[in-house]
Amino acid sequence: MNKQQTSEERLWDYIDGISSPQEKTVIEQLVQTDGEWKAKYHELLDVQQLLQSTELEAPSMRFTKNVMEEIAKLHIAPATRNYINKRIIWGIGAFFITIIVGFLVYGFGQIDWTAQGDSKLPIDLSNVDFSKVDYSKMFNNNLVNAFMMLNVILGLFLLDRFLANKRKKFQEEA
Amino acid sequence: MSTGLNDNELISRVLKGDQQAYAGLVNRYQNYVFTLALRFTRNREDAEEVSQDVFVKAYRSLADFRGASKFSTWLYTIVNTTCITFLRKKRLEVHSLDNEKVFEVADSIDSGMRANQVEQKSRLAMVNNAIEMLNPDDAEILTLFYKGEQTLEEIAVILRIEANTAKVRLHRARTRLKEKMEKHFAEELKDLN
Repeated sequence: MNKQQTSEERLWDYIDGISSPQEKTVIEQLVQTDGEWKAKYHELLDVQQLLQSTELEAPSMRFTKNVMEEIAKLHIAPATRNYINKRIIWGIGAFFITIIVGFLVYGFGQIDWTAQGDSKLPIDLSNVDFSKVDYSKMFNNNLVNAFMMLNVILGLFLLDRFLANKRKKFQEEA
Repeated sequence: MSTGLNDNELISRVLKGDQQAYAGLVNRYQNYVFTLALRFTRNREDAEEVSQDVFVKAYRSLADFRGASKFSTWLYTIVNTTCITFLRKKRLEVHSLDNEKVFEVADSIDSGMRANQVEQKSRLAMVNNAIEMLNPDDAEILTLFYKGEQTLEEIAVILRIEANTAKVRLHRARTRLKEKMEKHFAEELKDLN
């Protein structure tokens, strides 16, 4: 059954013209040499022709007139991109970046760098033993945790948008 | 007259204030939009109402059409959302791909008046009746692919799904259509062969 479905899907891809050149050659050979494939191919081709022969339904004769009468009372709405001010978007972005930077400065300020037992300043990171640094003050604040969660969610949302745009561009190029 | 102009030229005219140019777009796409609406509503009156709504919405949002896709693809996206909203308003169930109830309903419809309607044994009537028996999702994708001149990628944009999902849905829709025709129009199929 599964094999049957696969062969049918491969044949539909061939009929729709979306098979790869190699697959196309394979299908052509199968249709010529295998009776089962040949019969299935002609069966699907009949369905294809029937579907192509269907006609569109038409609305009433007055349809265009009705639409034109309806839109005569309306105005075209301004494009969305025109009334969303880019400065507002940049402003929101700048706000979140400032908050994130502020949070990081605050967070690192809360870390007890001397907990490792050495009084050296943390500027020289090569001398800092990170396993002994006390991070507890940074993560024991509910507000900070909630804020971090919010940022993670926003970050994931932006990543999703970014990847979706990339995929769309890739598909358009393909 | 604006009938010789392509879609983008007509849109450009409408955006410049020539409202009458919009009639060119309505004339060009009314059958496509109406057929798609009919696949959902299964009722000519409702389909006409939905189609009119689609063209009014498209007119109001015309400034948002950026030409990144074909006008028809953009318009069918509006058809899809308007039909779904319409069905929700009517409190009809939006049938999912695997909803067996749809088939039961289709079968019950078929056992009554459909058989008589197909007496004419015409090729077109048979396919149209078989499409009517499908659930709206299947009927829509078949109409978009075969009559709406949309590629699988464009259908994916309209239905807001992946292109591969659109391909799978199209395969399933064709399989179901074939099953419907074999089950309900076996005699007509024999006559055609």
